[in-house]
Amino acid sequence: MSEVSTPARLSTLDRLRAGLGRASEAAGAVIRTADIDTRLLGLLGALAIIWVGFNIASGGDFLTPRNLWNLSVQSASIAIMATGMVLVIVSRNIDLSVGALLGFLGYTMAMLQITWIPETLGLGLEQPFTWIATLLVGLILGALLGGLQGFVTAYGGVPSFIVTLGGLLIWRGLIFSYADGQTLAPMDSTFRLLGGGPQGSLGEWPSWIVGIIACVAIVLSLYMSRRRKRKYGFTQRPMWAEIALAVLLCGAVLAGVWVTNSYPWPEALAARYAAEHGITPPPGGLNIPTGIAIPVLIMIVVTVVMTYIATRRRFGRNVFAFGGNPEAARLGGINTRRTLMWVFGLMGLLCGISAAIQTARLNAAVTGLGVQNELDVISAAVIGGTSFAGGIGSIPGAVLGAVVMQSLRSGMLLLRVDSPTQDIVVGIVLVTAVGLDSLLRRRRG
Amino acid sequence: MIAERQEAPTPESDQTPLVAMDNIRVSYGGVHAVDGVHIDLHAGEVVGLVGGNGAGKSTLMKVLAGAQPADSGEIRIDGKAATINSPRDAKALDIECIYQTLALADNLDAPANVFLGRELVNGIGTLDDSAMESATRQVMQRLNPRFKNFKSAVVSLSGGQRQSVAIGRAVHFNARVLIMDEPTAALGPAETAQVRDLIRQLKAEGLGIFLISHDIHDVFDLSDRISVMYHGKIVDTVDKASVTPDDVLAMIILGKKPEEASSEELAELQIQAEAAKHDAPS
Repeated sequence: MSEVSTPARLSTLDRLRAGLGRASEAAGAVIRTADIDTRLLGLLGALAIIWVGFNIASGGDFLTPRNLWNLSVQSASIAIMATGMVLVIVSRNIDLSVGALLGFLGYTMAMLQITWIPETLGLGLEQPFTWIATLLVGLILGALLGGLQGFVTAYGGVPSFIVTLGGLLIWRGLIFSYADGQTLAPMDSTFRLLGGGPQGSLGEWPSWIVGIIACVAIVLSLYMSRRRKRKYGFTQRPMWAEIALAVLLCGAVLAGVWVTNSYPWPEALAARYAAEHGITPPPGGLNIPTGIAIPVLIMIVVTVVMTYIATRRRFGRNVFAFGGNPEAARLGGINTRRTLMWVFGLMGLLCGISAAIQTARLNAAVTGLGVQNELDVISAAVIGGTSFAGGIGSIPGAVLGAVVMQSLRSGMLLLRVDSPTQDIVVGIVLVTAVGLDSLLRRRRG
Repeated sequence: MIAERQEAPTPESDQTPLVAMDNIRVSYGGVHAVDGVHIDLHAGEVVGLVGGNGAGKSTLMKVLAGAQPADSGEIRIDGKAATINSPRDAKALDIECIYQTLALADNLDAPANVFLGRELVNGIGTLDDSAMESATRQVMQRLNPRFKNFKSAVVSLSGGQRQSVAIGRAVHFNARVLIMDEPTAALGPAETAQVRDLIRQLKAEGLGIFLISHDIHDVFDLSDRISVMYHGKIVDTVDKASVTPDDVLAMIILGKKPEEASSEELAELQIQAEAAKHDAPS
């Protein structure tokens, strides 16, 4: 190392460092003026790193339409429940029963369409109303059982950890009272569409229409928020940020639709479809774009509705207030017990939705249905920035958390990492993510 | 004066107390925290409530604010019997309480805290955050014009700013009765002066204010009447003009009216008071 080159190299390094500092300052200013959630941005960054990393490691097998489409379907059921778990954890509670409740509700819905409606009521299989009747019963029962756990927690004063631990054992045990642990199959053919699969997807044009509706909704909501701010004379985002945000969000939506449409039906299925509809397949087979899977569409709708409930409804505001300071919420005149009961009822309802998706996707109810789902759901919520101290959490964050977890699992599967090692990695990521989050939060003050 | 008030209400409406609490009792597990208390408050009046720790001041005020149900007793607002079983009941009667802990949801911003439990919604029940922020800006303009932090969680605000948010809640909803539990305990000198000015201003606007304070100077400075509590009972309610701070201190410590106390007790107290004066920051 020569005496001359050292200062020169140092100054280059310094200049580089200063440049980086300026760049990050500028980026920070952009994020601040554009009023964007930094935590969500961090999660997106982590997801991008995971995706690109797996894509490189797998030699380009990860970022394919097929893999991404599968990833979206696999994430849906956990993501849906995670949106509810956010509110449960925000209210300083926990729900350990979601996996077992999902199993029980899945079995109930299977019994309904396989035994009770066709045989007990004598109405026969494959009725046009079967799917919706089954689904409604599942959702209502889920909300009632969840609400019951909430009632015991809120009015009975039993900690939710205990109530839902009991619930876990009870719901799991009740499955056996239905079918002695036997698998129930097959499900109603319309009901099965809820599980996704090529037929349980929207197809090309409906997917584009959904994408365009989403874009219109994004632009409208940005416009409405801007108009509201102008009405009260609040500082608005600069126009460039508004437009950039709209372009970015709509671009992401349309890119997502494009990816799902780039995944064609499997050849055999396409050939059968062609034969059934009397179409002569062109050379190379019929190319039927799959489009957005129905469970993914459900997940998107649930995310939007739950975000609205959490951030723009009195109920959601009360849940966050209670999580931040239960005594203040009570003194503020909030009916805290009723609010808590509703939180658990909502969680149960979401378990019903996920139960329908999982049984439809499996085309069966099996005793292992939902086993350990509670851990995935809680992890998704926590990776998404929900704090166990209460009062802090985000619904889109939890959905992203579910996608991050599923990406890790599916990426490792592609790399032929065995399942125990997958668990170890997911465990480490979970603890690291929460550790990093609390470190950043402390530093920000 | 006091005897007159306990007679049947006179025809003039301004003689009817804004708040009258009669024979209020609260006990926790055999301890009488509040034991048969009578207290009243008129519009445009500040009543200082003083007493040692555990004398029952805060519990009595929690009864009025609906945070602590009374075991027995009667509350009359404008001479009419009122039932206050929850904070919501109290708020419906325009009774607002600023708790010593401030009762803020730390994770929410100032507008969400001002409207905690009484959020503004539009026609379809969606929270109207812009309207809440706008109203909060207006009330803060009046209370603390330097307050600019309407988007941050209140946990990141200073003690004085947090106090402003808690007071803003009471002021925005046009309280007629305001309960302030140690409003200046956590504040610096400038902020304390600000709160004192505000109390005078609200009193001039015709609010009735119960002021709980350990600071005898605050109480003498701001109150019209002073009620002294001792072991759950009211020792006496006195006009500020008719007593000295030493008389009030004697009642706080001995739990007796000065004329009832023995000369030995008063002498002992004199020594304690001297010692306290040396300790107290000026």
